[in-house]
Amino acid sequence: MRWWNGLILAFLLPVVAAPVRAEERRVSFNRDVRPILSDTCYLCHGPDEGSRQAGLRLDLPEQAIRPTESGKVAIVAGMPGMSELVRRVMSQDPAEQMPPPKSLKTLTNEQRELLRLWIAQGARFDKHWSLEPLERPSITAGTHPIDALVQRKLASLGIKPSPRAARDTLLRRVTLDLTGLPPTPAERDRFLADNSPDAYANLVDRLLASEAYGERMTWDWLEAARYSDSNGYQGDGDRTMWPWRDWVVQSYNRNLSFRDFTIWQLAGDLLPSESFEQRLATGFLRNHPINGEGGRIAEENRIDYVMDMTETTGTVWLGMTVNCCRCHDHKFDSLTQRDYYSLFAFFNQTPVDGGGGNPQTPPILAVPTAAQKHRLEELDRERELLAKSVNTRRAELTKTRAAWEASELAKAAVDVWVSLAPATAQADHQTLKIQEDRTILASGENPPRDNYAISAPAVGEVITAIRLDSIRHPSMTNGGLARSDSGNFVLTDFEVHVRDAESKTMTRIPFKAAVATFEQGGFPASQAIDSDPNSGWAVWNGKSFDRDHAAVFRLATPLRPKPGDVLVFSLKHQSPHAAHNIGLFRLSVSSAPEPGLESSRQNLREALHVAAAARTPEQTKLVDTAFFSSDAMLAEQTASLQKIEASLEALRKELPKVMVMEDRPERRPTFVLEKGLYNKPLQEVTMALPASLVSAETRSKSTGPTAPTNRLALANWLVDDQNSLTPRVTVNRYWQMFFGIGLVKTAEDFGAQGEYPVHPELLDWLACELRDSGGDIKRLIRTIVTSETYCQSSHLTPEMAERDPDNRLLARGSRFRMPSWMIRDEILAASGILVTNVGGPPVRPYQPDGVWEEATFGGRRYTVDPGEGRYRRSLYTFWRRIVGPTMFFDTPSRSVCSVKPTRTNTPLQSLALLNDPTYVDAARHLAQQLREQKLTAEERIRRIYLRVLGREPTASEQTVLQSGVQRRQALYAADLNAARQIANVSADDTSVDPADQAAWISACLAVFNLDETVTRE
Amino acid sequence: MDPFVEHQLALTRRELLGRTGYGIGTAALAGLLNRDGFADDSKKTGKPNDGAATPRRVGGLPNVPHFPAKAKRVIYLFMNGGPTHVDLFDWKPKLQELHGKPLPEGYADNKRFSTMTGNAQGKLMLAPVEPFQQHGASGAWVSSFMPHTARIVDDLCFVKSMHTDAVNHAPAISFLLSGAQLPGRPTLGAWMSYGLGSETEELPAYVALTSVSKGTSCGQIFYEFYWGSGFLPSRYQGVKFRGGNEPVLYLSNPAGMTPPVKRDMLDDIAELNRQKLGVTGDPEISTRIAQYEMAYRMQTSVPELADFANEPKEVLESYGPQVLEPGSFARNCLMARRLIERGSRCVQLMHAGWDQHNSLTTELYNQCRDTDQPSAALVQDLKRLGLLDDTLVIWGGEFGRTPFIQGKLDDRPRWGRDHHPYAFTTWMAGGGVKPGITFGASDDLGINAVIDPVHVHDFQATIMHLLGIDHTRLTYRFQGRDFRLTDVHGNVVSQILA
Repeated sequence: MRWWNGLILAFLLPVVAAPVRAEERRVSFNRDVRPILSDTCYLCHGPDEGSRQAGLRLDLPEQAIRPTESGKVAIVAGMPGMSELVRRVMSQDPAEQMPPPKSLKTLTNEQRELLRLWIAQGARFDKHWSLEPLERPSITAGTHPIDALVQRKLASLGIKPSPRAARDTLLRRVTLDLTGLPPTPAERDRFLADNSPDAYANLVDRLLASEAYGERMTWDWLEAARYSDSNGYQGDGDRTMWPWRDWVVQSYNRNLSFRDFTIWQLAGDLLPSESFEQRLATGFLRNHPINGEGGRIAEENRIDYVMDMTETTGTVWLGMTVNCCRCHDHKFDSLTQRDYYSLFAFFNQTPVDGGGGNPQTPPILAVPTAAQKHRLEELDRERELLAKSVNTRRAELTKTRAAWEASELAKAAVDVWVSLAPATAQADHQTLKIQEDRTILASGENPPRDNYAISAPAVGEVITAIRLDSIRHPSMTNGGLARSDSGNFVLTDFEVHVRDAESKTMTRIPFKAAVATFEQGGFPASQAIDSDPNSGWAVWNGKSFDRDHAAVFRLATPLRPKPGDVLVFSLKHQSPHAAHNIGLFRLSVSSAPEPGLESSRQNLREALHVAAAARTPEQTKLVDTAFFSSDAMLAEQTASLQKIEASLEALRKELPKVMVMEDRPERRPTFVLEKGLYNKPLQEVTMALPASLVSAETRSKSTGPTAPTNRLALANWLVDDQNSLTPRVTVNRYWQMFFGIGLVKTAEDFGAQGEYPVHPELLDWLACELRDSGGDIKRLIRTIVTSETYCQSSHLTPEMAERDPDNRLLARGSRFRMPSWMIRDEILAASGILVTNVGGPPVRPYQPDGVWEEATFGGRRYTVDPGEGRYRRSLYTFWRRIVGPTMFFDTPSRSVCSVKPTRTNTPLQSLALLNDPTYVDAARHLAQQLREQKLTAEERIRRIYLRVLGREPTASEQTVLQSGVQRRQALYAADLNAARQIANVSADDTSVDPADQAAWISACLAVFNLDETVTRE
Repeated sequence: MDPFVEHQLALTRRELLGRTGYGIGTAALAGLLNRDGFADDSKKTGKPNDGAATPRRVGGLPNVPHFPAKAKRVIYLFMNGGPTHVDLFDWKPKLQELHGKPLPEGYADNKRFSTMTGNAQGKLMLAPVEPFQQHGASGAWVSSFMPHTARIVDDLCFVKSMHTDAVNHAPAISFLLSGAQLPGRPTLGAWMSYGLGSETEELPAYVALTSVSKGTSCGQIFYEFYWGSGFLPSRYQGVKFRGGNEPVLYLSNPAGMTPPVKRDMLDDIAELNRQKLGVTGDPEISTRIAQYEMAYRMQTSVPELADFANEPKEVLESYGPQVLEPGSFARNCLMARRLIERGSRCVQLMHAGWDQHNSLTTELYNQCRDTDQPSAALVQDLKRLGLLDDTLVIWGGEFGRTPFIQGKLDDRPRWGRDHHPYAFTTWMAGGGVKPGITFGASDDLGINAVIDPVHVHDFQATIMHLLGIDHTRLTYRFQGRDFRLTDVHGNVVSQILA
């Protein structure tokens, strides 16, 4: 809601601005007039050329004073009576009235008067306030600059600031604000005992130096960066971006300057001497969702991703709703659709093509954990040592090579496979023809299903395996293996019987295994011998066939045929995939012990016949391999080496891989897209900074040969001293963290429709601080939290509740419900079960059963971590984008960039805080510690208050809780089973009084659920 | 309720209503309390009104509805995946004639389809997989896969000229429900509870229920943004009820937390919060007190909602054999009726599995078997209770399916149809819609909406109109712009208004 509107205006004006009274009031364009023009006029008389009416443009002074299409002049400076604008806004005639009734927009009398007054006072147009150059406001020496500026304003309104908050309130406030955790009782004792004037400043320094500080700051950044542990959309594959998240924590902790924080994340890969860390930082831009839905057009996805990068950058660094310009020029700000696509062009150089849903879509960076790094180095060392011994042994063996080759040649005389000469070949439907080369060809009408029966005299003394070759043929689909739609076959069953020469009885010969040259996913060769007509062996790999295929069926026990015995084969094609019948095939038998598919023995024999010097590289390799594997020692060494290489490979695969940025070598042209549609390119644009946002000086520097050529130029401009917008937007976000609401309420919009700051000078002073300190974030935060403004009591007087309910004037400390993640961390820490390890892969704390499963049709299972993972800081909870963790309420879905917190109160939140097992665990743990310390009831309550709320309980609070514990003890004494359940005490454990323990658990839970607990005040 | 709290709450409420600018927390309190009789004893029983919906309203905007509403509530039977219009309701004899023949020119030239189809040129037409018959006095054509719906056609208004902008599921569903293809805008139910408020304080105003047919190979994921509140405050977000006995997350007390202990503990919490309110004066604390009381009441009202013990046998039977199966569409339909009876504003049932790319002859039947009877039963049950007059029931998906085949003509078991945004069918019942009519038509092959086309934004504008809302006037300021469900488009389809 805008403060100058209607009723709100009437209510707030006495506080924020002087009411419009007579001529004495000096109208400010930025504060008073632009909001009215922007809100009610710019839609038709603003920057968007497409929707402009009557040729009137009111956002540029030189155009606003020109005659319009009708010849009338809207604004005649100093002469409201001559100004058409005044006449039209004052008009009561619906045909003349501005804004027109059909726009559903109206002006209040005050607003009309403001417009009139502004024109009377000269109709001065100022640059939009957020783009005005930054100038450090002058401050009286001696006072804290923040206080000087806030109190100047309060004094002008006749308001007194509030007194300082109580010391323990302040301690809890600043500890939660800077670390997201409550102060411990020991920390409280130390602080209360420290009477030195620097006590508070030292406390702030200690908090800023703690590791918890970085973790606290990171949550907000993850929301801005739409960080997630999964892709989002269909499939929602799990990604491993968490090393980037850990980098953010570390960057805050070592106080990386905002300058580097910006440049590295947006363009670390383009820095002249880019480091591993700088490349890792660019993961920021790759945190966008990835859409792997089947049927999506890759280019459309790619455009979505680039738009996301553009808009996230626009919101985070420029506080501009650049997304409005996807489809048209901005309705309110001087941003054009061309500006949008010129900005888009910086990110459009990504090599990502948008296809598929790989959650580790290259370019990626493997980021080993410390343990993985150690193991990698270890394996590398071992590999080197082994490789050395292998080489030594090989050299030693050279002298025995000639003798080995000769003996091998002699051995390899026998062929492994002997093809069978079929006697009969019949199919249920097709015609089978036995050809001269012993192959069998199917022809005739190709039926949906068919069975073949082949008989052939058995050969040899012993048969260990049967080989089925499927051979390509021109009569098959695309010259493939069968006459099915793809040329693929499905052999559902393969059987062999032996017909006894004398008795003519048929005996089934069982198989023990089947292997094939290739097995299509879900169609392994083993399914051809499982007697299941619904499963089979198939060989489709997605493209047309460029090779023959074969399967070997190994007999369970070798067959020793008698002369005259006949082998009878049965090939069944009963698959639901119609007409997948084998087309051309040959059957062979082997007597070798474990005959394989490869014809390598034969190839080896051929290679050995060739003189060493004349061998092809393949032949040389074949002989080498056979020779080296003949030496037991070398074979063993080689095997170990391969094992280590396999371990290395497996480990490398396991390493978390962070998607990072790169620009492709060839420049991709960028076009304005009609309505943002990927397939509707209009005119081509080049990379350029948004013209209306850059200073004149920057503009002159960034044209022609010095025009920006990559993301690095964009990032450099964002943190350039000339850029006044980025520091304003940035300090406002930090302010928002510590006051619950920004100096500009619309943290995401610093444009014409954004709020005019309540304390513009304070915003500018802070922005100057950030700029002039080189982007020192800890310094900025220290400055904010050491101000008296920050340290004020948050008690609300009836007067101020009326005058300034939202505390925009800062005449008191702010009081607001903490983010849900902070409430969880606070309770875990206060009860002593928080596990404080920093960083690492995401964890899975308690979540009601079935949440992921329901959202993904069982595709993703959620298993609660055993032990530590349940009690880590909220920051590390696995974030599934399509169904975020259920324990955090009021959190954005992390689908798009979000920089403004929402704070609502629903009963569902209370249910979560009351019933989540996490908090029962915490209460149980805390109650148990209190019991073990054998404390009085009064002392126990005192300890609970000190740990959770950081203060002593009052006498009446003691009374409420003590009598509550007594009442619930009685309730539990009458229901000991329930008591044992909540206290987790077994029936035979007599060391604990379950009713007492359970009652104390309920007391802890009650305190966890107090308004004060969930509120930072 | 303790008289002191009652006094406090009443006081705070008067204070609140007496002023115009308040923070988020206090606005929420207004949302929680903005109705008469908050502390009314009858509300403490947690019992729903018998049958008729309560006329009392919680929250909502003062000027909404903009004009008298025909519908007070919406039950949206959302068929995720894109039900095949040409096999179910949009009878096209010419498809039979052209079965197996290529798509004639002039129907889909240069139109965009999913990458699975690519260019539609040369695609072979596919006749409906099941025969159609005319039914009822209105003579509506319905596939024999939908025998129950066929019996209620005289209560339905078929819109056969729906068309949309999106060709993939998530963007198309988001477009239908929120007016934008990308996630991030409020959905219909969120707009409704924002504008119209709720008629219950024990149950959520906006509830989403999901289901999928067993054994379906083409289920689509249910994204939370399908019932999201976008940039509206999150209290307007749909609450997804889960299939089992605990429809709301964290509803059950932890093991060993008995109801008497819980009540006693909540009394302590309330008392301590009141003491705090006395010290700091922050009205937010009153909100907190009310919030915990509502949570407590939900713990009783939600299980009561999910308990069908008092439903007459014939009513249970009318919803079909799956009515007692947790997570089934049938059970969700009955839940929807029970929710709106108790004052929920919008119930969005989403049933996945309509995405028959290659399972038209195998899975469409199951899909109809699981949804046909419960949908028809719901309409009749509402009618029986007199609720159909002011409850709008909508049945439909995010798009239709191509009248031409996806797959091979000679492989009947794998017949399928691809996504089709240019024409599809939706039906509506009750809530001020003309019964027993068919509105609009697609061309003779079911490819393009040609007579009285109804764009998604028109459809949304019409739903809003039935609810007494001028779709151009229910707006919310975000990032400096006034947003609405229909973006900058939408015309009310006045021909279907009763």
